[in-house]
Amino acid sequence: MHVPDGFLDAPTSVATGVLAAGTVALALRRAQDELDERTAPLAGLTAAFVFAAQMINFPVAAGTSGHLIGAVLLAVLVGPWTAVLCMTVVLMVQALLFADGGLLALGTNVTLMAVVAVGLGYGTFRLLRAVLPASRPGVLAATFAGAFLSVPAAALAFVGLFSVGGTDVPLGPVFAAMGGVHLLIGLGEAAITVVVVGSVLAVRPDLVHGGQHLRTATSLQDRRVEPSAVTR
Amino acid sequence: MTAVPAGALGARFLAGSSAVHRLPAHVKVVAVLGFALAVVATPVHASWAPAAYAGHLLAVLTAAAVAGVTPGRLARGLVVELPFVGFALLMPFLAAGPRIELLGLSLSRPGLESGGGLLAKATLSVLAATVLAATTEPRELVRGLERLRLPRVMVQILLFMVRYVDVVGGELHRMRVARESRGFRGGRLGALRVLGPAVGSLFVRTYERGERVHLAMLSRGYTGRLPAGPAAPVAPSAWATALALPLAAVAVLATGIVLG
Repeated sequence: MHVPDGFLDAPTSVATGVLAAGTVALALRRAQDELDERTAPLAGLTAAFVFAAQMINFPVAAGTSGHLIGAVLLAVLVGPWTAVLCMTVVLMVQALLFADGGLLALGTNVTLMAVVAVGLGYGTFRLLRAVLPASRPGVLAATFAGAFLSVPAAALAFVGLFSVGGTDVPLGPVFAAMGGVHLLIGLGEAAITVVVVGSVLAVRPDLVHGGQHLRTATSLQDRRVEPSAVTR
Repeated sequence: MTAVPAGALGARFLAGSSAVHRLPAHVKVVAVLGFALAVVATPVHASWAPAAYAGHLLAVLTAAAVAGVTPGRLARGLVVELPFVGFALLMPFLAAGPRIELLGLSLSRPGLESGGGLLAKATLSVLAATVLAATTEPRELVRGLERLRLPRVMVQILLFMVRYVDVVGGELHRMRVARESRGFRGGRLGALRVLGPAVGSLFVRTYERGERVHLAMLSRGYTGRLPAGPAAPVAPSAWATALALPLAAVAVLATGIVLG
């Protein structure tokens, strides 16, 4: 569900467009630090991954299902700047090939899902990671909080934009309901994100950007082998 | 342009050889953007707004007819805006301002206009974007963005995504087949413990594939730029054909302002 054209007025759309373009330009430079010259293939494949993962419907509660947004998932897995690029590319594909989200509102959608969701979610993650013990549960707890907050944060940012640049109609009750719904969606997003990050940490911890501090160098060791342990 | 791309991204593409299909992608993108601008610029509260929206609708439906996009295809394109339809329908009930009686309901006049305007604008630009998606192959679209000076790295990322999204989607599909042939049933909260690691291993496989793709391309001389032939110059007639849509919308808007 992306913002269509005509939902927000011109100044708001232009402002979010400028913010989105600036962030993406910065991300293009900073992502090269995360991925060096492999930026294009890896970010492209990661965007394909999140596009595919968004197609899986997860059960949320009481028979309803939701799908993953993936902003914090990507930020924790591949780093925040690459995540901004991947989310932007996915939004572009959705606007251009599926008419989902207006072309003029692309800047707004990038601001909400790439800038706010990634920025606030990953910011929360980093903050908590610094406070929590450097352990697997610590990383997962920080991931949970980041992923959970990223959803209502994006929803609230939309409400804020709508109150600035939407129509002159007071919509308090609708937005209160929207906030409540997005808290639930955030719980689902957080649960999925934690399980996915946890499973990647278990098999390829080196691929989890947000868990770099967990890595310990394993050097070659001389170990004495007990004669009894040698199988004949 | 006649090959039918399979898979997720090409789902909206409709193979054809209409005048719209033959237009270069970047020209079409400019046309759709221009149309959306004209639609969004139409003031919601003007008395002539409904007539203007009808004029825009006529313009975009004509474009769809020329492109051979069927009404059913257009209707399917509109499904994406359903959440916002609910939103727009609520506005007449919630908004303040003078109220009018309609079918026994007390509705706010400004709310009715705002909600209707939002719905009309969103619908019109979704229709235009649907025509674009139905007549342009994903690959061509990325090339078009390149000609519109999208940063090179962004173009590359988009190209890699478009090329590999079906490979990744196929991987996901095979994992689902494997899961379900082992008796997995989704729809419960407990399913998360199975689906989560599945997405995790999809990520690992995708990332590793990205590394392999990169190495394979390096060994073939990849320098961060995909070779493409020289871009064909666009005939003025192609621009004229494509810009007919936004110009019609601008004409409708201008008529409204002058006569309204």
